[in-house]
Amino acid sequence: MAVGTQYLTEQPRLRTSSMVLGAIAVAALVAAPFFFYPVMLMSVLCFALFACAFNLLIGYVGLLSFGHAAFFGGAAYVTAHAAKVWGLEPLAAILLGVAGAAVMGAVIGFVAIRRQGIYFSMITLALSQMFAFICLQVPFTHGEDGIQGVPRGHLLGVVDLNQPLAMYYVTLAIFLFGFFAIWRIVNSPFGNILKAIRENERRAVSLGYRVDRYKLGAFVMSAALAGLAGGTKAIVFQFATLTDVQWQMSGEVILMTLLGGIGTLIGPIVGAGLVIALQNYLAASDFPVTVLIGIIFVICVLLFRRGIVGEVLELMRRRSKGAS
Amino acid sequence: MSSAPLLEVRGLNAWYGESHVLHGVDLDIREGETVTLLGRNGAGKTTTLRAIMGILRRREGVIRLRGKDLLGLPLHKVAQTGLGYVPEERGIFASLNVSENLMLPPTVAEGGMSVEEIYSLFPNLHERRSSQGTKLSGGEQQMLAIARVLRTGARIILLDEPTEGLAPVIVQRIGDVLVALKKRGMTILLVEQNFRFAKKVADRFYLMEDGRMVNSFPGHELDARMDELHEVLGV
Amino acid sequence: MSTIFGIPAPALYGQILIGLINGSFYAMLSLGLAVIFGLLRVINFAHGAQYMLGAFAAYLLLNWLGIGYWPALILAPLIVGAVAVVIEKTMLSRLYGVDPLYGLLLTFGLALILEGAFRYWFGAAGQPYAPPQQLTGALNLGFMFLPIYRGWVVIASLVVCLGTWLLIEKTRLGAYLRAATENATLVQAFGVNVPLLLTLTYGLGAALAALAGVLAAPIYQVSPLMGSNLIIIVFAVVVVGGMGSILGAIVTGYVLGVLEGLTKVFYPEASSIVIFVIMAIVLLVRPAGLFGREE
Repeated sequence: MAVGTQYLTEQPRLRTSSMVLGAIAVAALVAAPFFFYPVMLMSVLCFALFACAFNLLIGYVGLLSFGHAAFFGGAAYVTAHAAKVWGLEPLAAILLGVAGAAVMGAVIGFVAIRRQGIYFSMITLALSQMFAFICLQVPFTHGEDGIQGVPRGHLLGVVDLNQPLAMYYVTLAIFLFGFFAIWRIVNSPFGNILKAIRENERRAVSLGYRVDRYKLGAFVMSAALAGLAGGTKAIVFQFATLTDVQWQMSGEVILMTLLGGIGTLIGPIVGAGLVIALQNYLAASDFPVTVLIGIIFVICVLLFRRGIVGEVLELMRRRSKGAS
Repeated sequence: MSSAPLLEVRGLNAWYGESHVLHGVDLDIREGETVTLLGRNGAGKTTTLRAIMGILRRREGVIRLRGKDLLGLPLHKVAQTGLGYVPEERGIFASLNVSENLMLPPTVAEGGMSVEEIYSLFPNLHERRSSQGTKLSGGEQQMLAIARVLRTGARIILLDEPTEGLAPVIVQRIGDVLVALKKRGMTILLVEQNFRFAKKVADRFYLMEDGRMVNSFPGHELDARMDELHEVLGV
Repeated sequence: MSTIFGIPAPALYGQILIGLINGSFYAMLSLGLAVIFGLLRVINFAHGAQYMLGAFAAYLLLNWLGIGYWPALILAPLIVGAVAVVIEKTMLSRLYGVDPLYGLLLTFGLALILEGAFRYWFGAAGQPYAPPQQLTGALNLGFMFLPIYRGWVVIASLVVCLGTWLLIEKTRLGAYLRAATENATLVQAFGVNVPLLLTLTYGLGAALAALAGVLAAPIYQVSPLMGSNLIIIVFAVVVVGGMGSILGAIVTGYVLGVLEGLTKVFYPEASSIVIFVIMAIVLLVRPAGLFGREE
């Protein structure tokens, strides 16, 4: 089984029901801050968007990037710097972060797409590590301290984001925008070509597609969306640090996607929610988080490679196949 | 004539992934016999050899060698029962030189040819023993692929299209080698498209079509059955 | 004092030596990675953790059992190799035939478990490990002072690399390994126990990493995270060299180590990223790597 499964597009039969489910989910997200801590919810939303952006690449193009932290954390630095030092309006600061991530995505992607499969993973890992070293040294990131005390500011100069609820709904809106963008990309003609490349790259080449351009395009989009998540996170949590650019972060986003289900639309969200919840839960205990993350990795790879959502979908598919 | 066949295949079914490629193949080879499988491309000849060797894993039915079941054995145990395999693509390793290629398969039984004997049978290989395996000509690679299993003491050799794509003089040489092997009492299962070559060595023929055995007849009937064969094989 | 390009000569030689030592570890580790990848088609992300395990094995042998450096040089690789054999048998072997990315993810998870556990038990700080008595002190080479232990590491790593190369190129086991790298099924059809060969290869690769770890212990100290950053550099080394060639992996390791050392002299700010920069350039010019074949 190749990485990336086939639940990319919902079957038409399921479309109505999934729209209903989607509406329920959005309603639940709107109501959520009245039941849970907004900070934790925003953290889940940021990471869910990050994981969805990562999944765009692994799930739909079959490329496992081991360096997505560079885009997430890179954008966080840019946004934090723009908001704090240049005093930019928060949305503009986030957009600047997105632009930064897209540029980095273009540079790293241009080098990395020269190899495929496992080499691609190693190259993205190495390049993001290089970026992490640079972040450690250049002055504007403030080294080990990171950029602290980033002002949340007023959205478009009007809405005070220091209000937790306002911040939450802005984060939710950004998340929904990003999710919708990914959904659009996946179901566009461009997305179909990406899937064709994943299924059989040689065939796509022989059909006359300039495969490298499509891969690079997908890489840049994925990087930009990861940057959207990272920039938002910098505003929400009011800091940007080295943690966000290091390989452990790249590993975490892989885990979220793998756990939820590579190549499924909502799997990364489920995975992000679970991993964040688990980290919060463990933060109070003595148990080392890294070990647990490692264990989940091992269990996922050995026992359910489709991830939670992927396995559920597979079960439903088998059932409906058995019924018909 | 001993009654029990040395190698016995009964009702063999095999699959490549989801596609069912062998449908109840029956096949017997007695000790010292040379048997040739005929059939069009895609009839299942190579698949039959691969299924007997265990390279193709998804199989059902019976494969017995001297009464011992081969179906349940892991791949590397099959060769150890005395089967030597010469694959269609010859399988010469590029990262090994000629002598390393020759020495690669582990000995499976007493009585294999010594390296000296092999080099006297195939002088070219001796000359080129330190060349990279894949630098040999096609004919030399085929000789090497055959020589490789003679060293191991295997008594049954599965040969997949040894003459494919080779010049007539080389085909002649390979024919001579097979005759010599027969004289030594080797049992040979041959897949071959070249009738004239097969006729020289085969005691019996099996005819395959669409993954089934459709006919079998003794070697001397080959000429008489030419018309029938031409029809089935479409030559 | 003599200078070369305006740099005091001893400083230059010193950095070249440090580069050579780092290169020794790059070479040993990328060699193991290449051997494992060649046969198993698995990028062993746990390679850095196994290197760390080797160093810890030496440290614990000394502190718990009073077993010194020289026996540890043999015992630590054996212990880590045995752990790796268990890992291969119980986990990695289930992943042959699926996308190789899962092997990467599995070994990544294992690396996290190992490093996390050791960090939990021993803290993130490094533990000192003294070099053996026989290798303390320094030699005056005339143009510089060479700490004997560092000289030993360079020589030992050369011997290890050469020995591994001979094992693979000149022995029967090595011939099995090379042949199985090309076509494992056929080699198994000839009667070679390929599943066992895979297990042994993974064990050997991990043992090599552990041996490097023991050699490293007196130089870098013993710390749970000593392998995690190193492994990423080694990945870059492997990408530069291309995985097709054992000799390529070795040579690339030493050369990049020395280049990194030289960068430290002439432009220190770039020394931590120079290998990655070289990797990017090589990818742009020759995507298959310097010694690699296009696949």
